[in-house]
Amino acid sequence: MSPGGERPDQTHLKRLALHDRHAQAGARMAPFANWQMPLQYQGILAEHEAVRTRAGVFDVSHLGRVRVRGHDAGRRIRSITTYDVLRMRVGTAHYSLYCTDGGGIADDVFIYRIAEDDWLIVHNAANAAPDFARVADAAGDAAEELTEQTVMLAVQGPRAAAALREVIGPAFDDLRPRRCREFVWRGGTMLAARTGYTGEDGAECIVETALGAELWEAFLAVGVTPVGLGARDTLRLEAALPLHGHDITESTHPYEAGLGWTVSLDDEQPFTGRAALQRLQSTPPRRRLSHLRLLDRGVSREGYPVLDAAGEPVATLTSGTFSPTLRVGIGIAYLPVELASPGSRLAVEIRGRTVPAEVVPRPFYRRSDG
Amino acid sequence: MEFPDDLLYTNEDEWIRVDGGEATVGITDFAQDQLSDIVYLQLPDVGATFTRKEPFGEIESVKAISDLRAPVSGEVTATNDGLMDSPELVNASPYVDGWLIRIRLTDPAELDGLMGAAEYRSQLPGDEV
Repeated sequence: MSPGGERPDQTHLKRLALHDRHAQAGARMAPFANWQMPLQYQGILAEHEAVRTRAGVFDVSHLGRVRVRGHDAGRRIRSITTYDVLRMRVGTAHYSLYCTDGGGIADDVFIYRIAEDDWLIVHNAANAAPDFARVADAAGDAAEELTEQTVMLAVQGPRAAAALREVIGPAFDDLRPRRCREFVWRGGTMLAARTGYTGEDGAECIVETALGAELWEAFLAVGVTPVGLGARDTLRLEAALPLHGHDITESTHPYEAGLGWTVSLDDEQPFTGRAALQRLQSTPPRRRLSHLRLLDRGVSREGYPVLDAAGEPVATLTSGTFSPTLRVGIGIAYLPVELASPGSRLAVEIRGRTVPAEVVPRPFYRRSDG
Repeated sequence: MEFPDDLLYTNEDEWIRVDGGEATVGITDFAQDQLSDIVYLQLPDVGATFTRKEPFGEIESVKAISDLRAPVSGEVTATNDGLMDSPELVNASPYVDGWLIRIRLTDPAELDGLMGAAEYRSQLPGDEV
């Protein structure tokens, strides 16, 4: 067999501020979006289980973070994204998209309205340069790039709230789902939001780099488990959350991806891609992003063909993995609409072996109080 | 990391325990550590025959897929079917509970080409062990 092979040369990659902490915690590092990231510490399955049953902490400092301030900030942000952010109340967070002129999805982002005229946008590391350019073009000097000046940690799981309350203190009280708040923490500033990418309860916390190690250690000290990118992927896939560059791309549009809810057309304000999205909204999509579960043993992975009942390839998995919680292969693919309904029987071709599969409703996993 | 002295090893990170004209085959502690959480295995049918280095199955973790290759030529006489439901046994016990197949050797002279524990350990990447 040839399990590990050569370690890729990671010397040209960017390093997280907490790189040494991860190494000390036993992390196996891997390249991701030009960063050297912790892929796993004790193992993907154990870390996945920690998040589903207790609480895990992820260093997601690689994600792009841009602050936009000023009386015009909201309008400028609205002009580049699909959601009508101007309707967001202060202290809330909302998921949105950047679309191309053709209506394709250039990235998915989270937008935080910290104050009336004070916003934060978090975008994917893989699209960091074009995403920042997008904001800078719209907002000029009002846009401040904060990625390298801050650390961002996500704490997720059924016990995350208790850990967050212990580490953050009373500022965490009343931080309800999809709310955000900025406050003083240990002499510095923290922005916390009750958001996440795992399907569990939890929050994402952003602090100045100088406080990053202290925040990381504080979570570990209250029993939160370090979790790497490997488990981050299995968790988000179980929760049926899309990953840009895989499940959503510039070649896919929001309506076929089930993301029409992020597109606000009724405020009639201009934004990039509006005209195309208006047309797409009124055209029934011919394919739909669907969720598949294997009916036999095997691991469904990105790139594997999806076959119809006649054995003909009809799609390709855009994401796939072995679901640690369900103990079965799961995957996502754009299926022709006539095959996209839950219960639809298909197959996945796994390196020459045809494994039966069926379409299931999303998500694959839902937490018991969710 | 463990490499029992009574086993022979390949440079593809399999081990073989010989008793008479038969042998048991598995993957080493180094291999299971590299793969990490094993979630799926494909093993051959009893009666299948393989020549040395020919792939006889596949082993998958969450992040990686690897071929399993015959350390020596032989015919499969048994497979560890319990691994189908509990693939994690390969991680937990690569030399005992995580055995993969038993074979009847068709060319025992091939054993001369395999490594002992010390030699196997010495050729592993330096920072692993």
